This record gives sequence, C-alpha cells and structure tokens, in this order.
Amino acid sequence: MNTRSLAAPAATFTPGFIMNHPLFKPMAALMALLLVDLIFIPGFFSLEVKEGHLYGAVIDIINRAAPLMLAALGMTVVIATRGIDISVGAQVALSGTVACMLIADNTSMPVALAAAMGAALLCGAWNGLLVAALKLQPIVATLILMVAGRGLAQLLTDGQIITVYYKQYFFIGSGYLLGLPFALYIVAAVFAVVALMMKKTALGLFIQSVGINPVAARLAGLRTATLIFFTYVFCAACAGVAGLMISSNIKSADANNAGLLLELDAILAVTLGGTSLAGGKFSLAGSVIGALIIQTLTYTIYSLGVPPEVNMVVKSLVVFAVCLSQSAEFKNLWKRRK
Amino acid sequence: MASAITPVLELTGIHKEFPGVKALNDAGLRLYPGEVHTLMGQNGAGKSTLIKVLTGVHAPDRGRMVLLGHEISPQSTLEAQELGISTVYQEVNLCPNLSVAENIFIGRYPRKWGMVDWRGMREQARKLLLDLEVDIDVASPLSRYPLAIQQMVAISRALNISSRVLILDEPTSSLDEAEVQLLFRVLRRLREQGMAILFVTHFLDQTYAISDRITVMRNGEREGEYAASELSRLALVNKMIGAAADAAPPGAAGASAPAAHAQTAIAASKTGTAPAQGELALDVDGDAANKQPGGTAASGEAAPVLLRARGLARRGVLQPVDIDVREGEVLGLAGLLGSGRTELARLLFGADRADGGSVRIGEHEGIFLTPREAIGSGIGFCSEDRKLEGAVLSLSVRENLILALQARTGMLRAIPLKRQQELAEEYVKALGIKTASIETPIGSLSGGNQQKVLLARWLATSPKLMILDEPTRGIDVRAKQEIMDYVTALCRKGMSILFISSELPEVLRCSDRMVIMRDRAACGEYARGQLDEESVLQVIAGEAA
Repeated sequence: MNTRSLAAPAATFTPGFIMNHPLFKPMAALMALLLVDLIFIPGFFSLEVKEGHLYGAVIDIINRAAPLMLAALGMTVVIATRGIDISVGAQVALSGTVACMLIADNTSMPVALAAAMGAALLCGAWNGLLVAALKLQPIVATLILMVAGRGLAQLLTDGQIITVYYKQYFFIGSGYLLGLPFALYIVAAVFAVVALMMKKTALGLFIQSVGINPVAARLAGLRTATLIFFTYVFCAACAGVAGLMISSNIKSADANNAGLLLELDAILAVTLGGTSLAGGKFSLAGSVIGALIIQTLTYTIYSLGVPPEVNMVVKSLVVFAVCLSQSAEFKNLWKRRK
Repeated sequence: MASAITPVLELTGIHKEFPGVKALNDAGLRLYPGEVHTLMGQNGAGKSTLIKVLTGVHAPDRGRMVLLGHEISPQSTLEAQELGISTVYQEVNLCPNLSVAENIFIGRYPRKWGMVDWRGMREQARKLLLDLEVDIDVASPLSRYPLAIQQMVAISRALNISSRVLILDEPTSSLDEAEVQLLFRVLRRLREQGMAILFVTHFLDQTYAISDRITVMRNGEREGEYAASELSRLALVNKMIGAAADAAPPGAAGASAPAAHAQTAIAASKTGTAPAQGELALDVDGDAANKQPGGTAASGEAAPVLLRARGLARRGVLQPVDIDVREGEVLGLAGLLGSGRTELARLLFGADRADGGSVRIGEHEGIFLTPREAIGSGIGFCSEDRKLEGAVLSLSVRENLILALQARTGMLRAIPLKRQQELAEEYVKALGIKTASIETPIGSLSGGNQQKVLLARWLATSPKLMILDEPTRGIDVRAKQEIMDYVTALCRKGMSILFISSELPEVLRCSDRMVIMRDRAACGEYARGQLDEESVLQVIAGEAA
C-alpha cells in the first residue's frame, strides 16, 4: 500500500499529480479497454433488473473476475515481500474439491467450508514454512505444492468431476445480495479488511521493509520470517475462498481444471496493477484493477467475435504492451529516439 | 632475496580515478619470481583496485604494466590469465555441485574426438592437485570438502602451464588455523617452483609467517616496499595507518587529509580553541574530566556494568571474548579490519548467532538469538554497511526513522502518523539532517544524512547501549563531526556506546576505555590515558606494549 499516495492531499488534482499517481497506468489501461467496449460492443454498459438482480456485461465481468481479484490480493502481499506463490491454482482446486466432496457426502455446509479453508491454510503454512524457515527460493518452494496440491485433489476425486446439488453452497459463487453478486461482497470484505490493516497497523510498512531490504528489516528488529510465513498463509486463504467461489459457480469440483493457471493470471494482475516483482512498494487497489483488466480483456475478445484460439495471443500482446510501459530501459530507448 | 633477478611483473605510476574518488595515485608494485609478496593496507587504501587493474577488470587511466619485459594491458580476467597472471578471489567462486575435476577444468574441458575426455580430465586434475600435495577423490562434488581444499582447487584452476604470477585476494579470511597452514604449505611449494605469489591479507601473523616482501599501500599510493624480515610489526602497522608513532607530529605524518581535518574540527568544537598539534593524539596526562563525556566513569570510581559478555564466540569467526560495557561510557573497539571488531558487535546484537558464551544486560542472560531480542533488552546497532544493512532505500526518511521503534512497539500498535511526523521532524532538526522533507525517500539523501537517519532510527528506541560500527565511514567531514558530537552528548545523559572505528585517533579521542582486538580475539583492555597512539599500535601489531 502506498502510504505516501494515501497521505497526499486530495486537493492537488493537477495533471502532474494524476499522471504520477501509481494507479494512473492501470486505470488508463482499464479505461482504454472500456472505451473499446463502448464503441464496438452495443449495449455494453446497459444494465437491467431481472427478478431483483442486476444484469449486464459489467456485472458479469466483475462477477467472473471475483476469484482472480481475490487471488491477486493474496499474491500482492506475497510479491511485496520478494516472494511468489505459483501454487495458487492448485490450492483453488484443492479447496473446491474438499468442499464439494464433503457436501456430496451430506456433511453440513459450515463444516465443509471450514474443512476446505483448513486445507487451504495448511497449504499456505507449508509454503510459508519452506520459504520463511527453510529459506527455499519461493518459486521452487511453491512449485512443490503446485504439483502436489492438484495431484492430491485428483487423488481425492479419483480424477472424476464431482457434481453437487446444494442450493446454499451455490450462493457463494452465483448468489445475489441486494441486487449484486454475492462474490463481490466477499472480495470487497477481504479488500476492506486488508486495506484497513495496512492503514491502521504497521503491516504495510513492515511488508515493504522486508521486500526492499530484508537484512536491514531484520536488524531493525522485525520478525521477518514470521511476516513472510503469514503472507503465504494469507495468499492461500485467498486462494481457498476463490476455490469455493469457482466450484460453487460451476456446481462441481473439477480437480483437473479448476483454477488452472490462475496463479499466472494473479501474478499478471499484480504486475498490471503496478507492483514490482522485485518486492517493496505495492498497491492492493492496483491489483484489483489488474484483475479487472484481465477479465475485461477476455470478455472483449469473446464479444468482438475474435476466435477463442486468438485469445491467448491477443492477451499476451496486451500484457507485452503494459510491461513495456513499465520498463525503465524501454523508456530510456524511447527518449533517446526522440 | 631476489633483488638481483629482474622482476617478473612490474607496475609503475598506475593512476585510476572513479567519479569523485582517486582510487590509485601513482601506485606501483614489483614481483620477483620465487617470492611470496604481501600487499597490505587499510580498507580503501587501493589494494583491490590495484588487483583489479592488474587482472584486467579495470583499465588504468595512466601507468605501465610490464610482464617479463613486455608491456601488457589486459582487457579482461581471461586475457590476464592467458598472459600468465592467475587470480584466486576472496569468495571462492567455484561450483559446489560439480566435481572437483570439473571445477578445475570448467570452461576448458579436455576433448577427445570432439567429446569431453572425462577420464583424462580426472587424471589431469588428480595430478595437478597432487602437485599441491592434496590427495583427494576428484570425482566427488566439491561441496564435500572443507573450504581450505576448495581454495586449493581454486588455486589449481587458476594455475596453468604458463602461470607466472598467482594473486590470492584474502584467501584466508574464512579458514581456520589448520586450514591456513595447509594453504601455506602449498604456497611455499609453489614458491620453490619459481612462482611469484601476491598475497593480500589483513592478518599480521599470517603476513609474517609466509611473506618474503611486503608492499604497503595507503590512500591509493605505494607507501613503500620492504623485506619482511626488516620491517617490524609496529613499523608495518604505522605505515598502514599512517600514524605518527615515529615521533613526527601527527598531523604532518599524514593520516589521510580529510581525517586529519575532522580531528581538528572536532577538537576545536570541544575545547573551543584551535588545538595544538599534540592534542590530536590521546590526552595522556590524565586530564580526562574536561574532555571526558561519560561523567560517571571519569569521576574515578567505576560505573556499574551495563552489559557483561563472557566467552562470546563463534567458530571460525571469533575466539571467545570477554567484554564489559559500563553505564554511560564510550567503549572503543580498536583493531585492524578482520580483527573481529564487527564480528563481536554482530554477536552481541544477535545479528549472527554465537555458538558459545553468554551476554548479560538488564534482565537478560544468555546469547541473543535475534536482533529483535537484543533490541528488546535495550541495544541498538548501527551497521557498518549502510546500504546493505541499514537503509530501506525507497522508503521515506520518516518511515526509515521509525522502523525500529515501530518494530519494538509491535505491528498491531501503529505509531500514529502525527507522532511519527513529530519524531521525524525532531530528529531531522536535532541531527541537522538535510532533506527536502521527511517524506523524501532516504535513497535520495547523501551518505552522511542517510547515516544520521539510521542513527536516529536507533536513538528513537532510547537504547541503553548503542553499538556504532564505523558510523563515520564514507561520509563527509562535517557530518562526521556532527554525528560524533551528538553521540558523545548522549553519553553524557547516561547512554553507553560501543564505538568501532578504523580511525585510531577517533577511537582514542572518543573512548573512555578501549578494547583492542587482533586476529579474531580481544587482546587487551585499557583505561583512558593508559595508552597513547604508539602503544595502541604496538598492541595492534602484536608487540608487547
């Protein structure tokens, strides 16, 4: 969380202030995409109320982006400490599988949800232990669970897709509250809690210090290992909830495909949001916007009738462009050309 | 021994300037075949730069390098090695996972019909190591062997048929005594074979154990070249430090110019008069009370002990050390680089874990396992490496300043922003920190101002004991003076200080008592006035005072 931008007086809305704001680039990218949608997709922004629920493309995008937003929030904190968690997708598969199996087994829903979250938290503790206590490289440490987590989920389901029918469970991923998708409330709640923690406690300062200079942070008396451990636990908790959302949305547990490559989208969202993979300064709001950019892009590509095969290529081009805009080297080259 | 023979390598008039720093100023070096030649000098004397010029890492601005009668100008380490100059660096840069043989031949595997000749390679590796009297299984991974053996492997990799000069850059800094002996045996053997060996070290005992000749560098210049048998330890230390034990007036003898200037400035600020030259050295005639900051210690009876460490040690790093710090005193820690000063400080603070001994301070008894514990007991530690271990560069002055205090208060109890700003403003003013605002990233401040912020970080925690490791290194004269003034003023208010500095006059002037360290052990504890600069140098050099 960029405390400086928070502290900056809101009155100074000069062009320079806006351009230099850390959220300027991700916002601009999102706006540009929405502009494309506005021009080329008729009725993109139209909303209608059916049976007391809001319907429309925008709502749909936000709803579908919910699991990614959650995963990106968790990933942001991990990346800020110089880490990375590539087992997010596997955690999603695992938590969804545990929940669905228990519900299919007629276990009560609170128990099923608690068990699923417990599984996710265990995953996070495992990752945290490997990185913080054993000092393994984060990408290697979480690679273990990336393989093992999905493997475990597949073992539990015998490689089958487990479908469930339990209305209360569906509510998590496709329910509506006061006209808006319920998943949105979950994301908003997680975001609010984390943002409040950053603002009201020294968590943000500590995470940044550990990410920028871990040695100095330790010498200043921070519990660096504990802090890093809990970032992985938090990331896993986010993934666990995302897993519940996804499996509830598709009304089944698909150990093979649920959350597949979600970690990469989450990392992408974090990067798009302006958080450097080198750790340090981070932006939770940026990551949420990053997730929205990714989902909007996917929606736009489909709606424009671009064949799905092209989706990946187009996505990569957009990512390439955004990454270039963040590269200092590229900026220098550009300036020299001028 | 070899002055009749022509030198195998001769460097003359080498100049090298980096932006803002004159690293080498008319430096030179002469190496003869069949000798071990030690290059000595304080940190920043230009040893590393000279070696980097010699091995093609840096190109000199001016100067001549002559190898076997031909002028050379290597552009890379590879080229230097092809010319016959081989180097073993301080950090063993080998691949621990590869076999010994692979490490020796990495990048130049012997080939047979286009394929790597593994058997031939192992045989050659074995032969090379046997030449150095090392008999080990060359097919095993390197990581199996102790550091000394790894050094030998590095040496045999550096050597090839055309090697005439072998440079060893602090090869012994991580070896224990037995390993050093092993290394020396190899060096003597190479010397017999006619190799010219350039040995860079900070350890005096080792210098005298192995060297034929010694070149001393100071401030980027060649101070002189001496036969080891003709240069006493005391003279050597004198020449390195550039101090004035040989009766010349201290200022004139040429401690580096800025340092001398700083001394003058500080002395002036303390006494209110321009100091006579003699005052730069320690005030020997016992008139301590005037300059003496720690009131209690000066009053004659000893103040109570604040911190007591007994047998604090870490294998290969520090021999068991006993040390007491009294309330309200400045305890100076003197010694050459590598003598164990910083290592002791790090063990006291829990930055590294001691494997023996105990520390008692306040309620705490036993070694500190983490800095956090030490901070909890009222210790602060300003590390010598500001960039790597101090500043959190892209965070603001305010955030850097409150970091330790916030860590101590706990994550959940955030210091209110307003209080943070007050604290930061307070210290910015008190220490004269030059910054655009307290929200400026610390990285954009000058070195001296960064150091002040880091000092303030600790002072904000109101420590009982402040460990200052080279607090004035690499900062300008004015900031140096301001920092020392402020710190001594704090001492007067009852804080204790463990003060580590390479600048002996600075230590002598500021300390109430001092502990002298040599070769990773404490070798003496002295009250203020007990020692003058000359006798300190004698103790540092290992000659009885």
